[in-house]
Amino acid sequence: MALRRFDLEAGGDSFSFKPETEEKVAFWRAKYPADKQRSAVIPMLWLAQKDNNGWLSEPAMREVADRLEMPYIRVYEVATFYTMFRLQPVGKFHIQLCGTTPCQLRGAEGLKEVCTREIGKQMYVTDDKRLSWEEVECLGACVNAPMVQINDDYYEDLTPETLSQIIGRLRNGVELTPGPQIDRVNSAPEGGNITLTEPALFDGSRNSVSVLPNLPEPPPAPEPPPEPEPTPEATGQPDKSAPTNTDREEPSSKDIKE
Amino acid sequence: MSDTFKLNIDGQEIEVPKHYTLMQACEEAGAEIPRFCYHERLSVAGNCRMCLVEWQGAPKPIASCAQIVGDMRPNQDGSAPIVRTAGPYVEKARNGVMEFLLINHPLDCPICDQGGECDLQDQAVAYGRSSSRFEENKRAVEDKYMGPLVKTIMTRCIQCTRCVRFAAEVAGVEEMGMISRGENAEITTYLEKALTSELSGNVIDLCPVGALTSKPYAFNARPWELRKTSSIDVMDAMGAAIRIDAKGDAVMRILPELNEEVNEEWLSDKSRFVWDGLGRQRLDRPYIRENGKLRAATWGEAFEAVKAALAVNPDKVGVVAGDLIEVEQAKAALDLFRSLGVKNTDCRPAGAGYGTSGVREHYILNPTLMGVEEADALLLIGTNPRVEAAVWNARIRKAWLWGDLKVGVIGEAVDLTYPYEHLGTSAADLDKLASSDFYKILKDAKRPMIVVGERALCREDCLKLSQTVLKLSQDVGAVVDGWAGFGVLHTAAGRVGALDVGFVPAEGGLSTADILGGGLSTVVLLGADEVDLSKLGNAKVIYVGSHGDAGASRADIVLPSAAYTEMTATYVNTEGRVQMTTRATQPKGEAREGWAIFRALSAVCGKPLPYDTADQLRALLRGQEGEHTVFSGRGYAPGARGVSALSQPVPDVSGAFSSAPLATPVVDFYLTNPIARASKTMAECSALASRLDTPVAAE
Repeated sequence: MALRRFDLEAGGDSFSFKPETEEKVAFWRAKYPADKQRSAVIPMLWLAQKDNNGWLSEPAMREVADRLEMPYIRVYEVATFYTMFRLQPVGKFHIQLCGTTPCQLRGAEGLKEVCTREIGKQMYVTDDKRLSWEEVECLGACVNAPMVQINDDYYEDLTPETLSQIIGRLRNGVELTPGPQIDRVNSAPEGGNITLTEPALFDGSRNSVSVLPNLPEPPPAPEPPPEPEPTPEATGQPDKSAPTNTDREEPSSKDIKE
Repeated sequence: MSDTFKLNIDGQEIEVPKHYTLMQACEEAGAEIPRFCYHERLSVAGNCRMCLVEWQGAPKPIASCAQIVGDMRPNQDGSAPIVRTAGPYVEKARNGVMEFLLINHPLDCPICDQGGECDLQDQAVAYGRSSSRFEENKRAVEDKYMGPLVKTIMTRCIQCTRCVRFAAEVAGVEEMGMISRGENAEITTYLEKALTSELSGNVIDLCPVGALTSKPYAFNARPWELRKTSSIDVMDAMGAAIRIDAKGDAVMRILPELNEEVNEEWLSDKSRFVWDGLGRQRLDRPYIRENGKLRAATWGEAFEAVKAALAVNPDKVGVVAGDLIEVEQAKAALDLFRSLGVKNTDCRPAGAGYGTSGVREHYILNPTLMGVEEADALLLIGTNPRVEAAVWNARIRKAWLWGDLKVGVIGEAVDLTYPYEHLGTSAADLDKLASSDFYKILKDAKRPMIVVGERALCREDCLKLSQTVLKLSQDVGAVVDGWAGFGVLHTAAGRVGALDVGFVPAEGGLSTADILGGGLSTVVLLGADEVDLSKLGNAKVIYVGSHGDAGASRADIVLPSAAYTEMTATYVNTEGRVQMTTRATQPKGEAREGWAIFRALSAVCGKPLPYDTADQLRALLRGQEGEHTVFSGRGYAPGARGVSALSQPVPDVSGAFSSAPLATPVVDFYLTNPIARASKTMAECSALASRLDTPVAAE
């Protein structure tokens, strides 16, 4: 981790929360008593970062300090302590690439090469201001390693090819689907379920209480229904199947369309 | 449940109060515990881990500074817990801690100003390994700018955070902090702005390594080369205990010494860094003005010239004593001029209306500086203690922070580093006080304290003001048995001492404003530079002082005297505490101690004074055996002894308050006296302070 310092030049002189953010500011501040308002410093900094194109400028930090009546140095300490507060400008799409052991073992090194090749050095913002990337510590999606976080969404089960494709789409403003980029639902097995496939588990037939302990006379157990053929949901061929997470809310797609 | 707890420390059974930390308990038992981050006057951080001790049965070594004794439990058999502060287990633990501390420490002791008085150096010798096992690269940290006083070499920092805690807790300016984390952690001020505290120099003393050192003293001397002299500071009226470190003829630095009752262990920046002013602008020989220019003269010539100037009607002679006058000089000068029939003598600023009643309690700080820690309500009238007595201001803050002191202010609404109720800006607001909420707080307080700035007693309405405040003190119960809650906060180190020897106009004599108002033929200035000299007209001016400042430039005859580091002299602080400075270096050139100048002059004038040595003079001040005078005791403040004098009925004074706002006399904290004005360091600080008009913190 390199030295973290405010980019004072890019930060300008002033910052103000967007009008629609004020509600959230009020929400967080309302959680704490009047004399303990400084407890809201982390969510407030987070909102300020969101309102400042994904990074925390010095005026933005001061705005938070002024609102919470905290000395600037105390807020500065918090802002520099947490690496998720970025003190330098980032692109419209900021890629946080997980480089911790599970992802590394599953090929994060290759993803880093892709980012370096297609974007540049870490924290470098492309000329069109659309892209930047940095390596971060574990994002907690090890089961879908390797993965990246782009703005608020996880893109998982990546290969250098799929990441390169994603970067290309971000650059060109093409819609993206977050989540696993291979044929699997969230962290379910690749190519469909291989356990818990019995329909009886899901049709409610096993829900009736069979035996209550210590009852004087146990009622007779019901007949088990015949076992049906397993019907896999996924085909195991990612290119040929439709995405399985289409009903998911996609906050990033709006960004891409504009 | 008893309030004490039994411990077995190094085989010794000891019983200590439950709120003690294990470190305090170990020290009670006589053991020495090494530490870096722990400091008696700061909150406990527990991050250096140097104070590890063994608690038998505990799975790990215990950081003794953060372990409260009351939280420990006895052994299974009910016997006192066994703690060891030495032995292989403890040694190994501390050795390991020391090894980690030294991993990123540059070990540049040969070029480090802390060398020779460095906690890390000393403790590395005691607990460290003989050599390093660390083969990787050490980290390096950028140096930070912290203003003209504090030099930083941040690679040496071991992140004890003493400086951060000092700034936040004692100085009350939250400007220092530790940013980033882990290996990248750095101590800095916010965006490397200069510290805005008047106490910032104390972080140099607090720093256990050489990360924060004195900028003006950088590379000037090694501690073992310095001659150390315990003395008293005269930059303000507190009389802080200091140690003057001198090499040869020069004062190399000034450090605070412990005086729990006055300065605890802090020192203001002016007192600490003024020493370069002692070597500049000095008057090192007598001068006589001839044809409009001062020319160097011998003492003999100068005395003859003074004799001639004094050979006029004594009513046409006036004497004004300045802020830094020592008791001996005041006494000798007063004796001489009284014997010459001069009545026009004064040591107070122009317009002063105090000090003539003969009641000492009316012009000293009766509740004492330490008394503010006992007080539960404090009313400050026309004073800004932050610039008038910076170290005392930190004590007020301490009383507010750790106690429940409530503060009210009538005067300028300035940042005092603690919250207060602002009750008005002019003396007329005293009339409204009785109907305010703060009056009720004062009235309900067990130990109310009312402090008037000296300058508030130097106004047209000062008699009315002092009468009102005295009456208020009696009304709210500030003057009761065992508690004299009324006090005056002075800004000049010499004032109380000069008042104590009676350096006020004699019956029918003129006061400062009139002496300086023109019309006299001869005016003698005893280091008086803080007064308005513009109206002196054609008067012949004799200046006795140590520095070429306002007074010397107007003078016709200049007699050089010793500065406070160059003489053993008596000063009385604002509490009425009699203290003595010690000579650390010789007076510059032909300069002499003030009293000796007047003793010699008295012989020239044919009225020899009845003492030939300073000891004889001081014996005279002390009075006869068994006689009690102000000077018969040394080092204590009279405090509550003043109750009977203060509880006398106060005569009514008619008239109204002037509407002029109450202001502090300290316009520029760093430039209040000739020594400070001669100091380059102080000039730099002053220039910086005047530029810092944008507040750094939200609080």
